[in-house]
Amino acid sequence: MKRTLENIENQFETFRILNEDGEIINEDAMPELSDDELKELMHRMVYTRILDQRSIALNRQGRLGFYAPTAGQEASQLGTHYALEKEDFILPAYRDVPQLIWHGLPLYQAFLFSRGHFHGNQMPEGVNALSPQIIIGAQYTQAAGVALGMKRRGKKSVAITYTGDGGTSQGDFYEGINFAGAYQAPAIFVVQNNQFAISVPVEQQTAATTLAQKAVAAGIEGIQVDGMDVLAVYAATKEARERAINGEGPTLIETLTYRYGPHTMAGDDPTRYRTENMDNEWEKRDPLVRFRSFLEKKGLWSEEEENKVIEQAKEEIKAAIKKADEQPKQKVTDLIKNMYEELPSHLEEQLEEYTEKESK
Amino acid sequence: MAQMTMIQAITDALRTELKNDENVLVYGEDVGKNGGVFRATEGLQDEFGEDRVFDTPLAESGIGGISIGLALQGFRPVPEIQFFGFVYEAMDAINGQMARMRYRSGGTKAQPITIRSPFGGGVHTPELHADSLEGLIAQQPGMKVVIPSSPYDAKGLLISSIRDNDPVVFLEHMKLYRSFREEVPEEEYTIDLGKAEVKREGADVTLVAYGAMVHSSLKAAEELEKNGVSAEVIDLRTVMPIDMDTILESVKKTNRVVVVQEAQRQAGVAAHIIAEIQERAILHLEAPVLRVTAPDTVYAFSQAEEVWLPNYNDIIERVNQVVNF
Repeated sequence: MKRTLENIENQFETFRILNEDGEIINEDAMPELSDDELKELMHRMVYTRILDQRSIALNRQGRLGFYAPTAGQEASQLGTHYALEKEDFILPAYRDVPQLIWHGLPLYQAFLFSRGHFHGNQMPEGVNALSPQIIIGAQYTQAAGVALGMKRRGKKSVAITYTGDGGTSQGDFYEGINFAGAYQAPAIFVVQNNQFAISVPVEQQTAATTLAQKAVAAGIEGIQVDGMDVLAVYAATKEARERAINGEGPTLIETLTYRYGPHTMAGDDPTRYRTENMDNEWEKRDPLVRFRSFLEKKGLWSEEEENKVIEQAKEEIKAAIKKADEQPKQKVTDLIKNMYEELPSHLEEQLEEYTEKESK
Repeated sequence: MAQMTMIQAITDALRTELKNDENVLVYGEDVGKNGGVFRATEGLQDEFGEDRVFDTPLAESGIGGISIGLALQGFRPVPEIQFFGFVYEAMDAINGQMARMRYRSGGTKAQPITIRSPFGGGVHTPELHADSLEGLIAQQPGMKVVIPSSPYDAKGLLISSIRDNDPVVFLEHMKLYRSFREEVPEEEYTIDLGKAEVKREGADVTLVAYGAMVHSSLKAAEELEKNGVSAEVIDLRTVMPIDMDTILESVKKTNRVVVVQEAQRQAGVAAHIIAEIQERAILHLEAPVLRVTAPDTVYAFSQAEEVWLPNYNDIIERVNQVVNF
């Protein structure tokens, strides 16, 4: 029996394209991206790093609410997203706000989500996505449903969903990948293995050596990717998407990554469960450092260009916060109106009561 | 018109809506080739094909989850939970997810899902098949809960549920599936959700019931009539939302009320109705409003269920208490 397990686990080698110095180590797997597209990918990662820094600062000033830091996970988040098309549907977890933003959610709305204002969840027309899921793994079964719906409609698009290493312990994780496999639905299941579910290390989540191998039990493709290597993440997702829209079924992608910050800004202290040594080890693999060095060697990136992105990000963040500030305050009456298409009489009464309360 | 059992009326409603709207999908465990464990989907896969009527893997949370996803793709899913006691497996998908989608998305996304499921006691099932768990769903804002008591109502209410743009749990009492037939029109018709029906007019006391308890209440009313007590019987048909207008109108006429539910007593639908009555019509009451319910245990093992389940004698006893108060 042990031999079967070993044989399977040995199949899941980490897929890499760039090494930590930004050198190509897997030329054959190099995705076809133009110089402009490569630069755009870097642009998005730098922008998102700044957004994270500013969001943390804004949270500390009391100007943002719930926030789950993203630094360290840029390649994992934006590399997967960069392989998508506008018509693809995203079912994110709570740390996956950057993918929503690059899919078309205006920045001020992302801030409103953080502040607990429902307008943050109102995806603009044509932005195919749900707002971030709070229940770990619930989005996995929903993604199977979106993908099945796309298949029934004959669409050439995919549903992509995200969870973390902890999420792979949930029943919904298994049910989601199993349903999608049974229906050969065009879904991409991404597990961002950032090594910790809040404080619990991945070694305590499971006896499985890789999380990607969980695909085997569902009869679907699975791959473990270096989640700090944006080109590898992009290439794996691109291939998963091609296969999905060609009717070849879903894929589970495990990205090996790390969150530099706390779980959320609500009091988590990573020093209780991580060592400085470990932090340093992972920061050496930083996705931005690695990709920057790759681009610089190709003459595609410079400090000047990076500073331009940083300035642009800062300005846009400032403007978005201003716009979020200008949004009318959320009312209970707005919430009541959104419970049903037509309000039952008990809610009509409560609407009247709260209209009165909120008019004072 | 045709004579139909409740299960036939349900199949007829599903066929009607599969025909009317290509976005309607019917699925669940064993609903395809097998036609459902109670044959509610008999013949539908042959008629509408495997893309629209299909089997799912055996996982209730997954069934709930794909329903949410399919609804997001513009479908009108009609999943079956094979027995409602299995709903605990799908509670997040229902109460945590689909119920909240309209709210969470600021009114930009709807979940026109109708979850059909058999429930109800008296048919000697193993554990977690017969439990009356409507209260778990009725407590969740965003959900509707429909419980028909007759073949005619089952067809009209199921069509309305499927056409509703909010999620509905549609509970089918197993004891009523084949217990009697009645005239059911072959053409389509709807019955408004949230509207109760006065099944029997009376002057002295109001019985409020739903599901199989409607029949126990009607039987009690017949017996009471022999003793000169005239009971009005209201069939709620929808336990979320509750048609308080119909109840209050009756209360103002009879001034005495007994609320009947098959479920155990604690934190139930009956308690909610009584609270509403006393808030809105206490000066019309000549006696305390009483309940007929099962005791506060987990649903009875089948050897004890005949005593555990409320019956018409329990109802008569409570009515006599309020009439003689």
